[in-house]
Amino acid sequence: MNTNEKYALADLVIEHALKNGAEQISVSIYDNRSTNIEIRDQKIDSLKESNQNGLSISIYVDKKYSSHSTNRLKKEDVFSFVDEAIIATRFLAMDEFRSLPDPELYYKGGGPELDLFDPKIGSLDAKTKIDLTNQVLNEAYGKDERIISVSSYYSDSISGGIMVNSNGFRGDSKNTRIGLTAVVSLKSDTGRPNAYEYENGIFFDRLKKTEIGKRALERVIGKINPAKIATGKYPVIIENRVAGNIASPIYQALMGSSLYQKQSFLIGKENKAVASPLMTVYDDPFIKSGAGSRLFDDEGIAAVKRPIIEKGILRNYFIDDYYGKKLGMKPTSGSSSNIVFDSGTRSADEMIKSMKKGVLVTGFIGGNCNGSTGDFSYGIEGFFIQDGKKVHPVYEMNIAGNMNNFWFNLAELGNDFLENESLRIPSLMFKNIDLSGI
Amino acid sequence: MDLKRREFIKISGITAAGTVILPPFFSSCKKISLSDNAESYLSHFEVTSDMLQKVISAAMEKGADYADLFFEHTLNNTGALEDGKVNSAYSNISYGVGIRALKGDQTGYAYSEDLSQDAMVKAARTAANIADASSGYAPAGIRELQPQSYYSVQNSWEKTSVKDKIPFMQRMNDKIFAADKRVSKVNVYLGDNTSYILFYNSEGLMAWDYRPMVSLAGVCIMEETGRIENFYVSRSYRMGSEFLTNELIDEMSAEVVARTSKLFSATKPKPGEMEVVMGAGQSGILLHEAMGHAFEADFNRKNLSIFSDKMTRKIAEDFVTIIDDGTIPGNRGSLNFDDEGNATQKTTLVSNGILSSYLHDRISANYYKVKPTGNGRRQSFRHIPMPRMRSTYMENGPHKKEEIIASVNNGIYVDYFSNGEVNIGQGDFTFFVKFGYLIENGKLTQPIKDLNIIGNGPQALADIVMVADDLMIDNGGGTCGKNGQSAPVTMGMPTVKIKKLTVG
Repeated sequence: MNTNEKYALADLVIEHALKNGAEQISVSIYDNRSTNIEIRDQKIDSLKESNQNGLSISIYVDKKYSSHSTNRLKKEDVFSFVDEAIIATRFLAMDEFRSLPDPELYYKGGGPELDLFDPKIGSLDAKTKIDLTNQVLNEAYGKDERIISVSSYYSDSISGGIMVNSNGFRGDSKNTRIGLTAVVSLKSDTGRPNAYEYENGIFFDRLKKTEIGKRALERVIGKINPAKIATGKYPVIIENRVAGNIASPIYQALMGSSLYQKQSFLIGKENKAVASPLMTVYDDPFIKSGAGSRLFDDEGIAAVKRPIIEKGILRNYFIDDYYGKKLGMKPTSGSSSNIVFDSGTRSADEMIKSMKKGVLVTGFIGGNCNGSTGDFSYGIEGFFIQDGKKVHPVYEMNIAGNMNNFWFNLAELGNDFLENESLRIPSLMFKNIDLSGI
Repeated sequence: MDLKRREFIKISGITAAGTVILPPFFSSCKKISLSDNAESYLSHFEVTSDMLQKVISAAMEKGADYADLFFEHTLNNTGALEDGKVNSAYSNISYGVGIRALKGDQTGYAYSEDLSQDAMVKAARTAANIADASSGYAPAGIRELQPQSYYSVQNSWEKTSVKDKIPFMQRMNDKIFAADKRVSKVNVYLGDNTSYILFYNSEGLMAWDYRPMVSLAGVCIMEETGRIENFYVSRSYRMGSEFLTNELIDEMSAEVVARTSKLFSATKPKPGEMEVVMGAGQSGILLHEAMGHAFEADFNRKNLSIFSDKMTRKIAEDFVTIIDDGTIPGNRGSLNFDDEGNATQKTTLVSNGILSSYLHDRISANYYKVKPTGNGRRQSFRHIPMPRMRSTYMENGPHKKEEIIASVNNGIYVDYFSNGEVNIGQGDFTFFVKFGYLIENGKLTQPIKDLNIIGNGPQALADIVMVADDLMIDNGGGTCGKNGQSAPVTMGMPTVKIKKLTVG
């Protein structure tokens, strides 16, 4: 379906729903086309082509609410789907807070060009994709006698969607993504360590296509013969590409649903200090070709650049329309766009060089955070650092603490955020962190 | 464990989707004599056996060794209770066919959400491209898989209205609030799921299945002098709506209140290495993370697993026997046949301490020249099958629970978990403890919570020094993630003692 056909179907669905008892309805229709290739040890392991589409509705009947989705998009199927949705909604309890957002909040056009679509991706042939995947693999394959396996992966996706609601919102978007990944495994006396490296982005021509396999091999060689170190308090550097793991409980705690359900350690913290003054974080939807850039969110609410944390002070939560009404708060958006951390001046390597004795965290494994209390504990892997040098890899250790004071220990942010991710977080250095090992 | 899961089902009426697509008009398949069941599944998907053979032939036309078709029609519904009322619901309908062609251990895959012959043939030709020779394939005669029945449905979810579910959700809310004055919030989620599956492969095998699933979860928030604690309980089975009883609701409500109220006195143990006693039931997460994934044959076929060179070796004490079972009646991990048309079974992974089998899909069984174990599973018709666990548990051992706890001077007892993870190659695994107790001088003392335990798979398996006789399968509803696909699983365990794990 092209964009006009999607709009036409959505208009029919809205008309049908309103005629048959719905007070309000929002309709979204999307399609997605993607290719996934895996090559292992110079042989194609799998080749997959996907084509999917879907329609979802949020429907309001007699002050009652439900939402539904289907991938059967023939008009008559969709009409009976809507009829059933109306019947089912009537069984639910009334909820005075459920309605479409106020039209005042909607995106009404005139936003900047975000540059999120590369038409070239749709025209790539299978050979180009396979050759590229092989190129990634061959940078590592056969390059070290300890290698037991090298896999490389290609993925792309082209998606387009529209949203229309009975309150007057109309909007569409289209996006492309392309990515290359390498995973290398080695044989060693203590196990079969593996490591990955990847590159991704929106545009084929801008995608970095070299050094991925080479970097994965270098990374895995560094992981041979890990050891635990003693339980204690250490300064810790968390590498940029995994730093999002330690920041995700903050994101969860900022959601309106978490605040309302009392599963947030950030309840009542607006305009209060929640982190070191070094920390400033914005939600910025307007970065040109940013992975999370958008002009409106999934309720049609116009995107706005907002401070989340300014010099350690909490400024904004992620509040959708429903929980905004329940909490008596103005809606911001129920989801993030690009989360942008203010960067520092040094790279992770420079921070390591200045570290007397501590740990560089390069990976997380398992663990969790109690949303209500902020208590967390995560498994880690990385390196023991002494006098500015990596002494040996570490594994089988935990990092633990409470989110309410952990972020006050932030000592420095790196200058190395990953620009192709929606979470633009640099490497982070903390002081005095609890690690458990031997 | 399962709140992050997207387990939703369709609302009462859309149930009709199951019948709307009837009646069929199959003329060409009359020449083949199929059972009424097979005919009804063909008509459900508006296809004929003749069409299936044409699509399979297209998937085989470039010289693949094998091809299969996986038709799926899944209906989900979820209802949610907040603020004492069931005031939101979600449903999803998913419909299509996955088409796979294999050449040796290479996979070509495509799927179609349009089940017209032209659309399916087009997808089949895409999958066929994994091979590049000419085909000598001629369709095989259709043979039907002997049906099994590991799950029975008395009242189907399709015939169960939202209206019938609400009183049970409401009861849980009311029971939890009534049990303790400190309760400040309750959320209840009820999800049901019904899948119609039709499978057909290039060897002529046809199989069909009706797969029900239900998950019910209750979340309890309590407040005491400004402190907030939360806990949740859940149950999940392959059952119809006969699952919903007042007794079940009362049991779950009491359990979540009892656990939440103990959290106010909970502490964290001093971090470091210590003896860990894992209570019966959910502690099967140890088997799932520390061993189960590493026993999946795709990782071993690719030499990636830390267990890749340990087949037939002694890896644990004599009293350690570990099973992966796809045949437990009504269990969330059970299947009448796996997603590659192979019969499921009770597979012994570790027999009296000796590694005796991996978990196989079709590709790995061919590679190792063994019979398939029925572990080839996929998230949906949009996904490529791979070896997955079903219900993974340890058989009873020679010790007693009391004897095990009494043997620990300074350690912890844990029996409630939220999640875990493993690194297949290095063998490190973790699981996150939601609830347990300190063990001091052989006795359970103060409650503990919110700590991560980390260890190494082969070492932890060798370090299981005591196993009790109180095996319990946990039906809390685990969802296992692997390579971006999720699969419903369960686990079980008798009380065991592990000599040393890192706690922090």
